[in-house]
Amino acid sequence: MDFDVITLTDVSRHFGRRRALGRVSLTARSGDIVGLLGPNGAGKSTLIGVLATLVAPTSGDVRYGSQTSRQAPPALRGRIGLLAHDLHLYPELSARQNLAFFAQLYGIDRREIVDAALASAGLADRGDDAVSGFSRGMRQRLALERALLHRPRLVLLDEPFTGLDDHAVDLVAGRLRRLAAEGAIVLLATHDLDLADGLVTRVMLMREGRIIADEAAAPGLRARYRAMIGAA
Amino acid sequence: MMFVRVALLVLKKDFAIEVKSREILYTTLFFAVSCVLVFAFALVRDGRAIDDAAAGILWIAIAFAGTLALGRTFERERYGETLRALLLAPAPRPAIYVGKLLGIVVLLVLAETILVPLVALLFQAAFFARPWLLAGLLVAGTIGFASVGTLFAAMLVRSRTRDVMLPILLYPITVPVIIAGVRGTSALLQPVPDEPAAAMWMALLVCFDVVFVTLALWTFEPLMTE
Repeated sequence: MDFDVITLTDVSRHFGRRRALGRVSLTARSGDIVGLLGPNGAGKSTLIGVLATLVAPTSGDVRYGSQTSRQAPPALRGRIGLLAHDLHLYPELSARQNLAFFAQLYGIDRREIVDAALASAGLADRGDDAVSGFSRGMRQRLALERALLHRPRLVLLDEPFTGLDDHAVDLVAGRLRRLAAEGAIVLLATHDLDLADGLVTRVMLMREGRIIADEAAAPGLRARYRAMIGAA
Repeated sequence: MMFVRVALLVLKKDFAIEVKSREILYTTLFFAVSCVLVFAFALVRDGRAIDDAAAGILWIAIAFAGTLALGRTFERERYGETLRALLLAPAPRPAIYVGKLLGIVVLLVLAETILVPLVALLFQAAFFARPWLLAGLLVAGTIGFASVGTLFAAMLVRSRTRDVMLPILLYPITVPVIIAGVRGTSALLQPVPDEPAAAMWMALLVCFDVVFVTLALWTFEPLMTE
């Protein structure tokens, strides 16, 4: 199954008495690179969890095209790629074993795809080394390739630039642009406004579980962010 | 078909990690053997053990070692939040549960191959008089214990109090399994092995297994969605 749009309508999520998301509505379309910005505790990671079908909304509706998330069928999950703050890698296994395991889990031919992913992560010569010996940046690049291994339609990234050097940041940013150009919907949560500026096509500012601004990206993101978060 | 493939894939992955680290197998074995030795020092006098102690000691060691193995197995999935990645995969989520369950059962059966001869030696227990019945009791009891334990360990993986909560939740619910295991094993250790009684306890264990595994398969997906 594939989809060109994701739609959230009045989605709320409470953890006990704490409200993590309050009546969030948004639409993102194929080709969008949406930047989710906001201070710590704004609800960005919860929103990404809801979109990834891993966190069930307390109320509201999440749609992937015409498909609802309530059942989260395997075919729908197979179109979602998630790079969370934790990297979803097994440190005891080698980079190749990690990628091969997830490739098999997604039912895709593993050898070509794994080799291509290792090359894309710049780890072709370290493929048989245990991930526990990798630097944070190397793990981050590997985790990104793991998340994109199955060419997802919806790409969810939580702080994707953590630990990356300038060169790797450029590579990842270029990769995200290509994904969007190929029709993916990219949502990335980040605190790095300088990196988001110039990469994202839309900006959503979150605070206290709500979206307080949803606008097309334009230069001067940091100044607008300060004005809005400070004023809200 | 896909269900079986995913379950075996998860089992293979856990096996690959264990082959590299050998952490869980060694710690589980060390703990289980230590447990049996402590009981042997306490309960064996002048080369003679208290009557019927062997069956209880064997199952206590299995339960304690199993609890340790369950915690460590899911600690691996907590590190790096890989359990979330498994849940996000386009695979039947109960297949992930079955893969983890198989890993625990294989590990505990390996531990039992060391524990049974050790307890037999220290407590002079005739475990090998009816080896197939004993093997049936052990496998059925291990599946029953591990089926509940795997579900609870998965549920608690994001809880800060998981190390405390796992035994608190696990032992009361698996008490029937432990009792059936002890009584069935004890029946085999009588001067004249009571085979009908052992078979009855084994049938009861199989019933527990069917109920526990069915409930776990049914509840795993909703319980794992936050």
